[in-house]
Amino acid sequence: MAQVVVVTSGKGGVGKTTSTAALGAALAREGERVAVIDFDVGLRNLDLVMGAERRVVFDLIHVVQGSARLSQALIRDKRIDTLFLLAASQTRDKESLSDDGVERVIRDLRPSFDWIICDSPAGIERGASLAMRHADLAIVVANPEVSSVRDSDRIIGLLDSTTDKAKRGEAIEKHLLLTRYDPIRAGRGEMLGVDDVLEILCIPLLGIIPESKDVLHASNVGSPVTLNNPASTAARAYEDAARRLKGQQVPLVVPSDKTTLFGRLLGRRAA
Amino acid sequence: MSTARPSTSFKFRGGSFHALVVKPEIPIDAWFADIDGLLTRSPGFFAGKSVVIDVSGLTLTKPAFLGLLDELSKRDIRILGVEGANPSDLDGRVPSLARGQSQRPEVAEAPAAQAPAPPPASSMLIDAPVRSGQLIVHPDGDVTIVGSVASGAEIVAAGSIHVYGTLRGRVLAGAYGNQRARIFCRRLDAELMAIDGRYIVADEIEPHLRKAPVQAWLEGDEFKIITMK
Repeated sequence: MAQVVVVTSGKGGVGKTTSTAALGAALAREGERVAVIDFDVGLRNLDLVMGAERRVVFDLIHVVQGSARLSQALIRDKRIDTLFLLAASQTRDKESLSDDGVERVIRDLRPSFDWIICDSPAGIERGASLAMRHADLAIVVANPEVSSVRDSDRIIGLLDSTTDKAKRGEAIEKHLLLTRYDPIRAGRGEMLGVDDVLEILCIPLLGIIPESKDVLHASNVGSPVTLNNPASTAARAYEDAARRLKGQQVPLVVPSDKTTLFGRLLGRRAA
Repeated sequence: MSTARPSTSFKFRGGSFHALVVKPEIPIDAWFADIDGLLTRSPGFFAGKSVVIDVSGLTLTKPAFLGLLDELSKRDIRILGVEGANPSDLDGRVPSLARGQSQRPEVAEAPAAQAPAPPPASSMLIDAPVRSGQLIVHPDGDVTIVGSVASGAEIVAAGSIHVYGTLRGRVLAGAYGNQRARIFCRRLDAELMAIDGRYIVADEIEPHLRKAPVQAWLEGDEFKIITMK
């Protein structure tokens, strides 16, 4: 029976889709059966990041509205055969998602998968609220800057009050994934530190993904970074986060950069 | 033909909601100068707020009254309704509001021989951080929060407010009329603190009080904050 995970953030552009793809691929590479679902109806991107944009025939809306079966809409990844994508519709809007339809899709997917990862749209409106409604566990993606952290805090409040699990009086498990962390800028005090973010959000840390050009490059070639460049620091950070998600104990180190100390020494000399 | 078509059904219900009540004072021009001063210091003060205008006790002619509404809407203050106005003066522009129960009778009644004891004030305990966007309203007594109050969160209490964590949001103590209400927090980083309608915004809080454990209370009309070690 699958764990339903929502990847959410409130703010746009912090790395929800990238993280959904990278974590989904990392879990699937270890043999887990994974379905990733794009809830960003009208502004879909997960298909691009997964490199499946030319293979979408039926999408989430077709299944929700009953005009296609789940088996027709699930797109099997070409690289890993336990990884599946359910794409969003690009031509419809979020109002096309019905409560009952989404509930049915999640219920029908649960028995056949180990993980169902819902990629939430930005914002707190219908799409975001439907993406989180059925989740057992939430991954809150934040960048180390104040507006992203405040939006994440807002999302945590909604997770605690509007999800099915919260309404049944159960606690929804929440994990923080800190993305686009730049050790050099953090060292200079230009970004919030890891401790600052944790102090504000008060939820356990799943991982810290360093800012990396490998992530951008992977998205551009349509491959999750954990498949495209598994040796990169960002991919290794996602791999570790995926293992923690499975309950393994993986030590977490705050990324640092050797050039930070070096840069600081240089900076001091110049001053 | 008797094919039953589902008819559209409407649902009505009564409800009480939280709104900011603003009471204009005479002379209106001077009062608007104060409002403008407030908006210069904190431009977002009324943003997204439901505002009720209380004109009870003011004697305004109908044109003066409509002028007041115009001036308010020029400042983007959105008016939910007007309290204490003659409905015919409103020209149907905003609803006239009546309180569900009269809060303070104008004429005090002679105390009954055996006045019933007031119900004990109950306090509210919140054992988790209050997140951005959450609004906690407790019209019966104190609110205690074991955790932080995030930027963008708001606590409204009839009594005092205690925050065992960092206070980053807005807190309104004594919000239903209680000058003796206080605000306590372990680390002050508030956007706004108010007691019985007197308020102080972040920029007016002295720097040495920031990030410190403090208590705040009213002395007359003056907002007092001291650190507590």
